Amino acid sequence: MSTPDPVVSTLLLNPTVCDGRGLCHHAAPDLIDLDEWGYPILPGGGLRADLTKAQVKAAEDATHACPVLALHIEKRKQ
Amino acid sequence: MGRLGIETRSSLSMHLSQYGALPAIAQRHGRTPGALVGELEKSGLRGRGGGWFPAFRKWNAVVDSSVERGRFNRTRHPVVIANGMEGEPASAKDAVLMASSPHLIFDGIAAAAATIGATDAFLALHRDSNLLPILTKALDERHAAGIDSMTIALVTPPARYVASEESALSHWVGEGIATPVYPDRPFQKGAAGRPTLVQNVETLSHVALVARYGGDWYREVGVPSAPGTTLVTVGGAVAEEGVVEVPTGTPVHEIIQMCGGTTEPIRGYLTGGYGGGWIAAEGFDRTPWDPDSVRDAGAVFGASLMWLIGESECPLTEMARVSAWMAGESAGQCGPCIYGLPSISDDIHHLAMRHMSDAEMKRLEARLKLVQNRGGCKHPDGTARFVSTGLKAFSDEVALHLDRRCSVSTSRPVSRPGTEGSLPVPLPRLALVDVSGRDFE
Repeated sequence: MSTPDPVVSTLLLNPTVCDGRGLCHHAAPDLIDLDEWGYPILPGGGLRADLTKAQVKAAEDATHACPVLALHIEKRKQ
Repeated sequence: MGRLGIETRSSLSMHLSQYGALPAIAQRHGRTPGALVGELEKSGLRGRGGGWFPAFRKWNAVVDSSVERGRFNRTRHPVVIANGMEGEPASAKDAVLMASSPHLIFDGIAAAAATIGATDAFLALHRDSNLLPILTKALDERHAAGIDSMTIALVTPPARYVASEESALSHWVGEGIATPVYPDRPFQKGAAGRPTLVQNVETLSHVALVARYGGDWYREVGVPSAPGTTLVTVGGAVAEEGVVEVPTGTPVHEIIQMCGGTTEPIRGYLTGGYGGGWIAAEGFDRTPWDPDSVRDAGAVFGASLMWLIGESECPLTEMARVSAWMAGESAGQCGPCIYGLPSISDDIHHLAMRHMSDAEMKRLEARLKLVQNRGGCKHPDGTARFVSTGLKAFSDEVALHLDRRCSVSTSRPVSRPGTEGSLPVPLPRLALVDVSGRDFE
C-alpha cells in the first residue's frame, strides 16, 4: 500500500489576469491542460490545485512561462 | 401584515410615526464593534442579496480587517455600500422596497456605519433606475431633519448584471470600474482598498428593525435557520405578478395563492434568479420557502424569487433567450466566461430550434462542467447552473427537441428565439452602452 504524497504547496490561477496564451501548458503539459478555447485547466478543474513534491517542478516551470503572471505558487505552512 | 411596510409609500414623517426614531446606536470602539452586532447574531439575520450569509459574521469580518492596520495602509476606515442594484431582471423586491420604505433602508445604513465604524456610506442603484428621484427626495428629508450624523451618498453604477456583484460594486465605488475583482474580497480590501461592507438593501431594512426591537423579537417569525420575513418576487403564470412579504418557511403554494393562484397548469419554476436554477413542478409547491428547505428540494433560493412556467410555454426557448442575454453580460475578464457562455448559449439555441444532434448535446453537457469554478466571479457558474438545471427539470422536453419536436409549437422556428417570450430580458446590451461607449467605467 502506498500512501498519497503529502501536499507541499498550492498552485493558484488568477482568471482575470490570464489571457489564454497557453505557454503554461507547453511548459508543463502533464500538469496543465487547455480547454477548447485555449485557457488552462488546473488539476481538479478549479482555480487552486494542491501540489505534491513531485509536481512542484512542473508548476514552477508553468508559473515562470506565464507572460502575464497569472499563475502563482503558495507554499504550505509546515 | 408585513414588517417592512411595502404596501405604502412612506415619507419621513410617516416612517417615524410607524417605527419611531432609530435608537442611539453604540459606536464601534477599537476592535469591538457596537452592541448591535450582538443583537444581529441573536436575530440570526442572513443577507438577502442571494448568498444568505449571516450578517453579523460579515460585519465582524469588516471590523477585524480594519484593525489589521499595516505600515503602508494608513486609511483602513471601513466603507458601507447598500446594494440596491437588483441586477436580476426577473426580481423586483428591492425596487418595491426602495420605493415604499426608503427610510428603513437609510436607517439600516446609518446603524451599520456606526456599528462598524465606517466613515463613508453609499447606496448603489442602477444608473437608469427610476427610483433615483424617490431616494434623492428621501435623503433630502433626512438632511433637513438632521437625523443622520454622516452623509449617505447615492451612487449609480452602469446597468450591467455583474456590476451588482459585491466586489464589482466596491470596485466601482473605489475606482469607478464596475468589474468584479479577484481574489480580494470586499470585507478585506474593497472600495479604494478599504474594508467594505456590501449589504443588500432588504438586509439593511431588517437591520433597522433589529436595532429598534432586538434580536429576540426578530426571531419570533420565520424558521430558526433563517429567521424573520422575506420579500418574494413572484412572476410568470400567476394571476397577479408582484412582490409579497412572508415569514420564511411559508409553503410555496400559499405564496402563489397570495398572488391570485396560477393561470394554467405549471410545468416548472425558475427560482433564485437567472443565476439560480429550474425545478420541475412536481411536489415543489409544498416546499417551505426558506433557503435551506428550498436547497434540500433541489432548487436555489438566491434572491428569493420564483417564476412559474406554464404548459403553454416552451422552457427551452426561455432558456435560450435568457442564456444569450447572460452571455452578453459577461464583464469579459475570464476566458471560460468570454468564450464558454456564448458557446453554451448557441448550443441551447440549437436545442430550442430543434437542430441539435446527440453529439452536440454531449458537447453541451461537457461545456456546462467546463466553465464552472474557473471565473473571477460566479457569473459563469450561475449561467451554467441556469442551463443545466433546466435540462434536468425539463428532460422530457429536451428529449422531444432532440427528436425535432416540441410540446408547445408544431412549426419549427425559422430564426433564433428573440425578444418574444415570457421571462424579462432587458434590451440588448448595445442599447445600454452609455454615450462614452464604456459601459463598465
